Amino acid sequence: MLSFIGRSIIQKTVTLFFVSVVSFLIIHLAPGEPSQVDPLNPKFTPEIVERFRKEFHLDKPMYVQYVYFYRDLFTGKTVSWKDNQSVLAKIWERFLNSLPLFIVGTVITWTLSFPVGIRAAVGRSGLYDRSTTFLSYLLISIPGFFFAYMLIIVVVTRFHVPVIGMETFGLGDAPWLHLIMDRVWHLLLPSVLGATGGIAILSRYVRSQMLEVEGQDYVRTARAKGVPEEQVHYKHALRNALLPFVTMFGLILPGLIGGSVIIESIFSWPGMGRMAYEAILARDYPIILTVNFISAVLVLAGTFISDLLYLVVDPRIRL
Amino acid sequence: MTNDYTKAISKDSDANAPAVPRRSRLRESWQLLKQNRLAVVGLVIFVLFFCTAFIGLVLTTGTNPIFDPAMVRLQEKLRPPLSRPNLEALRPEEVPGAGVYLLGTDDLGRDLFARMLQGAWVSLTVGFVAVGISVLVGILVGGIAGYFGQNHTSIDTLIMRFVDIMLCFPSFFLILTVVALLPASMYNIMIVIGLTSWMGSARFVRAEFLSLREQDFVTAARALGVNDWRIIFRHMIPNAIAPVLVSATIGIATAILTEAGLSFLGFGVPPPHATWGNILSDGRRFIFDAPWLTFAPGFAILIVVLSFNLFGEGLRDILNPKLRERY
Repeated sequence: MLSFIGRSIIQKTVTLFFVSVVSFLIIHLAPGEPSQVDPLNPKFTPEIVERFRKEFHLDKPMYVQYVYFYRDLFTGKTVSWKDNQSVLAKIWERFLNSLPLFIVGTVITWTLSFPVGIRAAVGRSGLYDRSTTFLSYLLISIPGFFFAYMLIIVVVTRFHVPVIGMETFGLGDAPWLHLIMDRVWHLLLPSVLGATGGIAILSRYVRSQMLEVEGQDYVRTARAKGVPEEQVHYKHALRNALLPFVTMFGLILPGLIGGSVIIESIFSWPGMGRMAYEAILARDYPIILTVNFISAVLVLAGTFISDLLYLVVDPRIRL
Repeated sequence: MTNDYTKAISKDSDANAPAVPRRSRLRESWQLLKQNRLAVVGLVIFVLFFCTAFIGLVLTTGTNPIFDPAMVRLQEKLRPPLSRPNLEALRPEEVPGAGVYLLGTDDLGRDLFARMLQGAWVSLTVGFVAVGISVLVGILVGGIAGYFGQNHTSIDTLIMRFVDIMLCFPSFFLILTVVALLPASMYNIMIVIGLTSWMGSARFVRAEFLSLREQDFVTAARALGVNDWRIIFRHMIPNAIAPVLVSATIGIATAILTEAGLSFLGFGVPPPHATWGNILSDGRRFIFDAPWLTFAPGFAILIVVLSFNLFGEGLRDILNPKLRERY
């Protein structure tokens, strides 16, 4: 166990190092430079550009830039090229905005997928199963922003509530219940949209996992000895079918920093995805690289946690 | 009585005869596919989409196309579907090919039907080229890792570590970054989508190769002195292609969605090419005045992507004997 942990930590650190190198190369080898973003701006005189390049080490060789960048990142001194603010502080601020979306979306995904998937598996090839199957394909196939616009039109014209942004501007001293409902309405649509794909995929996975277990011998044995159908499904089959999902808790970790660019731009939600998108537009390399680095850390940490959970939960696997 | 007896005998001898499959593999697959109604519907739409895209290519290109997707008629903007053109206000060459605006016109008075036809071809190319690149890279990388990994473990480790590294990047964010940094062009988008999505097929191919390389026919081929590349391409890849085909079908759907998402953010296929993605993202400004500009491309993308997904899943069931009983 300990040797497994040690080995995988070393392996993941090495992977992380290469991720940092590759992302640095992708950003810096691409044509164009941040100093060229706005050539028509009269403030961008050659002297200023030269000073800019010097300030951010752009005139040094690539490997020096790499060392400088990651030294700054680990000491927390990286600053955005656009406004000279600390990158980590900016990310933290946006992260707090994205967090409610992530939490509500994840809760919706996990609470809806299981009942839907289990019911589909229990009544397999019935009407419910077939219609949820079709519905989940539909949800995977619909372009996110198209779906978003349809939902916005429905909600705005039927319920007459504003949904764009994080809260309605200028509500000042409205009663607190009103304020809370306003926040809830604003939160609801983007999180539901963020959850649709997840619900579709996860419920299909729950269904196939459940069917797999229902075909096992011990389920047949349980049925043969006269255990009521309810108990067979929920006590014998479900418990074993849930095993792989425990490990999936690790895999939701990367979603923390992902934040959908498209959904956040539609709803003018000042979250992580939007920030990354704006950073790409402005060629704000420190932000792009930092977001990328953190998300790589989360992906690796997520797989590590899910491996560990598997070890803990499933006694059959001892690596 | 004797008749029955001889019948029984002949039945018996049938059972003892060498078991030749009565139906060919293809026919068997077709039988299985027919049981999955959703997959058949998917296949039909898939084929229709192909035909539409080809016909669209023919009708919308050339010097004097029947449906001109780029013809601007400012006096005829935002006309609803099936409305007749105002013949007095138009020069003869500006009259739409079908005599009516089948799907209406957009904010520049361009015929939406013509633009959708052109977009079908562009979406199809984006999907196929992107997936083609990703499948080629995936097969090559996965094949090399799986085949040469037998004698040189370091090659296998090195390649699979690289796959792990690539999987660490958030894919849409990576695509967005690269597309935004490169000059805008249709080919860049295809290449970028292709080069960021090969990891899945590489893993499938490697996994298949790990078991295939231990099998007798590979040993036999090697004993005959067939060279490595011929073994890989002629003997092993045909046996490992099934899961790749499935993931490619679903990959085309994903690529079309990705292109639409990029268009929405303003990094899609640049004008003058119409794609369903950029018609949709241009149309959203007129969503209340001209809903057809949003709904026509939106539903077109939805239906085509849905058909690819349904057909892909059907294909997976057919090609996976373990799942057959279950569906």
